[in-house]
Amino acid sequence: MIHIKQLKKSYGEKQVLAIDHLEVPSGQSFGLVGNNGAGKTTLFSALLDLIRLSEGSITNGDVDVSKSEAWKEFTTAFLDETFLIGYLTPEEYFYFIGDLRGLSHSEVDAFVGQFEHFFHGEVLKQKKYLRDLSKGNQKKVGIVGALIGSPSVIVLDEPFANLDPSTQIRLKELLREWSQQKGVTLLISSHDLQHVTEVCERIVVLDKGEIVKDIKTQTETLKDLETFFAQKSQEA
Amino acid sequence: MEQNSIYTHKMMFQFVSLQWKSFTRSASFSTHLAMKILIGFFALYFAATFAIMGALVYPFIQNEMALDPLLTVNQFLIYGCFYWVVLRYFIQKTPVVNIAPLLLHPISKNKIVHFAMGKTLSSAFNWLGLFFTVPFSIVLVVEGHNWGGVLSWFVGVLSFVLSTNYLNLLINNNNKVGAIALSVLAVLGGLHYVDVFDITVYSGPVFQALYEHPIAASIPLILLVFLYRAAFSDYKKGMYLDGGLARQQTEAKTQDFTWLNRFGKTAVFLKNDLRLILRNKRSKSTALMSFFFLFYGLFFFTGSVAMYNGPMWFVFAGIFISGGFLFSFGQFVPSWDSAYYPLLMTQNTSYREYLNSKWALIVVATVFSWLLSIPYIYFGWDVFFFILVATVYNIGVNSYLVLWGGAYIKMPIDLTSNKKAFGDKQAFNVKTVLLSIPKLVLPVLIYFLGTLYSEQLGLALVALTGVLGLAFKNLVFTTIERIYVSQKHKTLWAYKQK
Repeated sequence: MIHIKQLKKSYGEKQVLAIDHLEVPSGQSFGLVGNNGAGKTTLFSALLDLIRLSEGSITNGDVDVSKSEAWKEFTTAFLDETFLIGYLTPEEYFYFIGDLRGLSHSEVDAFVGQFEHFFHGEVLKQKKYLRDLSKGNQKKVGIVGALIGSPSVIVLDEPFANLDPSTQIRLKELLREWSQQKGVTLLISSHDLQHVTEVCERIVVLDKGEIVKDIKTQTETLKDLETFFAQKSQEA
Repeated sequence: MEQNSIYTHKMMFQFVSLQWKSFTRSASFSTHLAMKILIGFFALYFAATFAIMGALVYPFIQNEMALDPLLTVNQFLIYGCFYWVVLRYFIQKTPVVNIAPLLLHPISKNKIVHFAMGKTLSSAFNWLGLFFTVPFSIVLVVEGHNWGGVLSWFVGVLSFVLSTNYLNLLINNNNKVGAIALSVLAVLGGLHYVDVFDITVYSGPVFQALYEHPIAASIPLILLVFLYRAAFSDYKKGMYLDGGLARQQTEAKTQDFTWLNRFGKTAVFLKNDLRLILRNKRSKSTALMSFFFLFYGLFFFTGSVAMYNGPMWFVFAGIFISGGFLFSFGQFVPSWDSAYYPLLMTQNTSYREYLNSKWALIVVATVFSWLLSIPYIYFGWDVFFFILVATVYNIGVNSYLVLWGGAYIKMPIDLTSNKKAFGDKQAFNVKTVLLSIPKLVLPVLIYFLGTLYSEQLGLALVALTGVLGLAFKNLVFTTIERIYVSQKHKTLWAYKQK
């Protein structure tokens, strides 16, 4: 589904991302881990054509993202709060995305309705604008917004951060279910090694902009990762 | 004690250095700098004008009008004061100091507030007046007025000017006050004009008293102290995270605007634009402000300002009258959406749909302004036609120019600026004026070229330019869209820098 070739991104002299080759097949749930500054958000931003590559190319479903905008039809994302419109109510925000993705209001209502459990009664019909919701609830809105319109590629940056423990568990279930049943390519990044190993079938570790590990998730993966990052903390 | 004062100086230096960094390290530094330089030139121009006026007004009133100069100046000073308040309200920026990070440090809140309020004194609005009062006072003394009286008059007037500074700070927290001051000014001026009520009869003696009874100067001084303290305590109260620094939460109402659905995908964005305008203070006051542009024509068509007489100025006025929304709101597209630009850039939509909705909004507002301007017929049919032609031009040319310019402006607008107690609430500022100049000058130029042959041709040329612009909308949009696409990554980057 996604092919990255000879990708390089640098700011002036400083190289922040260098990926020679990375391929994410269709339907895979793909996890990206790494310390701060490893290049996770940069990679996702590049995939969404929010930043320009210095070299190389990224194709998403045969579309070179820097040349055509056709990838937008089947790709959704939630990276941070700049993906939310603060002065809308959650309902209006969902309708807005639904409108752009060709869903009627009743279809959006029905779709969003199934996340009532995930929202824990704190999001819908609260008579609040998104800007007045807590960080955690904003995140829930952003994640559900990114699921609207049956996308085949979903990109979520740090979906577990800022969520309370119960919601993290619900989100894990939701993402696992979503990636298995609907056959979508799911790309998430996380600092939480346990969550990411539970959700993703493949995990790639970025360090200083380069891929240092690419593993198919198994029972010992979590231990592997913990050992790796423990070593990193010794180095530094 | 000694220690304490050194500490205070250090702290003041820190404050100033923080301000300087926030200016030089801002993402749109070069734009800001260019603006500052231009504004500097404007200030120089006004300073020179005021100085000349201050020096020459005395002999002018005495010789040409055969009146007592001081009495006459005092008589009209009340209008000067009102005008100053209005001008300040709309143009002067309120000081912006990022307060929240300072709250926990060992700096007393009083000092932070004193600093922020003291900083406002550096505004040109406070010292520009001196360019008039100083030469005028000197001339008064030279002409044989009692110097003690002149001094107290000078101090009194200066106190009034500085009072308006703090009055402005006080009322900046309240959008209504500016509108009220403007209305009072308009009503008083109007009543004076038609000889019903002349406030100067009452206000003149007040200012005259400053000269005749030096003790009277203490009244404006007391007023100044009072207003400073009022503004001070007002701001100090706001120094809590759940006080003035907090966002005010309002109960959200879902608004569907289903009547817009007939416009297809454009409607999706149009609905958001309406919500944007209605639900954010910054954009709301901008939209309200565009309403006042309607009255701008009164300066031109009533013939009350001699300089503005003549058809060339009528074109100018027409552009202004119908273009209020276009200038105040339109010029900051797409910055209004800066907070969630990445979302828009990843949604299943094209720039064209986005731009189309902004354009539609501007056009509707322009037509609406024109409808509201129809009463100008009172000043004659030619005035009506001037505004009509200008409206066509605004729709056919200026609407594109604002969108085109928007691709390069790249100044993020923080709709929910809540971290700053002294938030930047200005809707209409000097930047708007500067950006507007080409959009005003070009049609006047086109008109002028036509008038070389006949006045009708002038009007026809301006209208024709507008119609041609409309006819080539697709072509123009393709060009603008290409520019937006080429600027996309730079814009995203600039919006990230807050």
